[in-house]
Amino acid sequence: MKNWKTTVLAGTALLAWAAAAQAETVKVGVVLTYSGGAAEFGQQVDRGMNLYMKKHAEELGSNKIELIKRDSKRPGGDIAKNAVQQLITRDKVDMLAGFIFSPNAMASAPLATQGKVPMVIMNAGTAWIPSLSPYIARVSFSMWQSGYPMGGYAADKLGCKTAAVGYTDYPPGKDSLNAFKTGFEKAGGKVVDAVPMGGPREVPDFTPFFQRIKDAGPDCLYVFVPAGNHATAVVKTYNDLGMRDAGTMLIGPGDITQDTKLQGMGDGAEGLITMHHYSADYDTPANREFVEAWKAEYGADSTPDFMAVAGWDGMAAIFHVIKTMDGKIDAEGAIEALKGWTYDSPRGPIMIDAETRDIVHDENVHKVIKKDGRLAIEVIDTIKQVKDPCKELKVGKCGQ
Amino acid sequence: MDQLFNVAVSILFDGLAYAMILFIISVGLSVTMGLMGFVNLAHGAFAMAGGYATVSVMNGLGVPFPLALVIAFFLVGAVSVLFERVLYARLYKATELDQVMLSIGLVFMAIAAFTFFYGPAPLTFQAPDYLKGQIDLGFREFPTYRVFMICVGLAMIAALWFGFERTSLGAQIRAAVDNRRMAQSLGIDVDRLFTLTFALGSGLAALGGGLAIEIVGMSPGFAIQYLVFFLIVVAVGGLGSIRGAFVAALVLGIIDNAGKYLWPEGGAFFIYAVTIALLLIKPAGLFGRQA
Repeated sequence: MKNWKTTVLAGTALLAWAAAAQAETVKVGVVLTYSGGAAEFGQQVDRGMNLYMKKHAEELGSNKIELIKRDSKRPGGDIAKNAVQQLITRDKVDMLAGFIFSPNAMASAPLATQGKVPMVIMNAGTAWIPSLSPYIARVSFSMWQSGYPMGGYAADKLGCKTAAVGYTDYPPGKDSLNAFKTGFEKAGGKVVDAVPMGGPREVPDFTPFFQRIKDAGPDCLYVFVPAGNHATAVVKTYNDLGMRDAGTMLIGPGDITQDTKLQGMGDGAEGLITMHHYSADYDTPANREFVEAWKAEYGADSTPDFMAVAGWDGMAAIFHVIKTMDGKIDAEGAIEALKGWTYDSPRGPIMIDAETRDIVHDENVHKVIKKDGRLAIEVIDTIKQVKDPCKELKVGKCGQ
Repeated sequence: MDQLFNVAVSILFDGLAYAMILFIISVGLSVTMGLMGFVNLAHGAFAMAGGYATVSVMNGLGVPFPLALVIAFFLVGAVSVLFERVLYARLYKATELDQVMLSIGLVFMAIAAFTFFYGPAPLTFQAPDYLKGQIDLGFREFPTYRVFMICVGLAMIAALWFGFERTSLGAQIRAAVDNRRMAQSLGIDVDRLFTLTFALGSGLAALGGGLAIEIVGMSPGFAIQYLVFFLIVVAVGGLGSIRGAFVAALVLGIIDNAGKYLWPEGGAFFIYAVTIALLLIKPAGLFGRQA
């Protein structure tokens, strides 16, 4: 009789062990700006990720996901690199995710290669970041994806023959300038002036820059500045100087009409035309559902923006990897799983390009309109499935 | 020729408007530094507090913008007295390093406190409609808000000039700046005088902060981001000189604008180059007295 009991006990233990072996816990190291001036960016991505996890929790089955969050504080790259080092060596994470600022992603890329950890970029937009490590996949955007088509669109559809570019003097600003200039001049336009307008930290008085541009009298003024104080000041200065009446149209990438900042820009922003891949105002089923879930979770006053969507989509990508590999993550397999991955994102259909591991999505022409007493984004045109033009055209570092 | 004239007018006008903000915020710093030799790096924090106060009373109480500026002026002025009495007064005889440590500590505390209560994001602010757009001054159009700024600035200069040059209080302040010990010997209560000028200076900084929102926006970082410019105005103008602060603000405002207009690639280079050149020629500032 004793024998029978032991057998049952042993059998149960074996079963339990097998079940435990089945259920894997996937550790994901998340590196975002949780404090400092860019804390709100980190919060958007973080919320997007958490919302996806909450809504799709049951999809992982017996597998579990554990987020280990680290604060990268500022754009310098040093803190992020340190955090990634610890995440890989001490916490032994299976995957890395996040990265608001490009320098943080760039500094961390070699560690992902050495440690063989797949890295999902959820914001950092410098075009050539995915080339830095074979284990990087980007779900956010590249600066060229908005700037380059905007150049062509301005020349072909907006009727701009000449344009001036005003940009904040830091890497994404120069990236955006080059992208726009390349697209615009390819379509037959001429950039008559490119004006660096101070650094990203302090908002300068934009008047002297804009006065210079106004006196040059171009058809279009393409502006790249950080969203928030900078963008608001740009719109105010543009209106105060009466540049619209002087015949200069204000255009830019969608960063300057970020959803979270749009209402703060004031009525002067009406008529502004930007090129981007997401706005909370998109009227598609996937987006309506997303925005509704967001507001239910984080309050009716809060709004998701392109960073939040990147967090959501990035988590969708991570879920895809975990499901495909049944929780047993290795870098090669994870990246293979992500290559060619398609998803119906709130921003529209997206894909990870198999060759460059970069995002492919629709770029939409946004027009700022007044609707129900608030500023809103209207999509007036769409350019389907834009691949990063920088790598397509092999510009500079993108060609390497 | 016409084009050249237009460019010159643009630069002078925008430079003047910019100079007004620099002057309004910096003049208080200049006078308090001249009077007590106190290095108050937290001056920018009072300007930031003024910006937040302006927006808070506008949004919270529905007060019109000009009145909100006045309220910010008095509110921040009054609060600054508290700081002056409780914290600053203890360190008047301390070394400059101690003073710098105290005031820079206040800056970081102010940034943290405002971030906690208002969040790190910039404030949402809309100037009233009558200050938007352009105003036609006969020969060409100018941005209305900047014209308003220049008017406020000129009014402040007139008031300050009158107060310092034509009133007994002003005479006492000037006497105390020139020679504190002699002034004290004559029975002037320098401590009380300092509290007053400190409040006035902080109030003016608050007014400047309120005016600046429309131009550069307002977030907690304001307390430190623009501090360098205020210190440049004080250094170039000379400690304790209202005229000096005004001329310095004007020179720097116009040169900065000219540089940005004519050679934007040079960035902020001009303002620093001019500062260095001026201080090499006149180490005590344009209107400062040699020690």
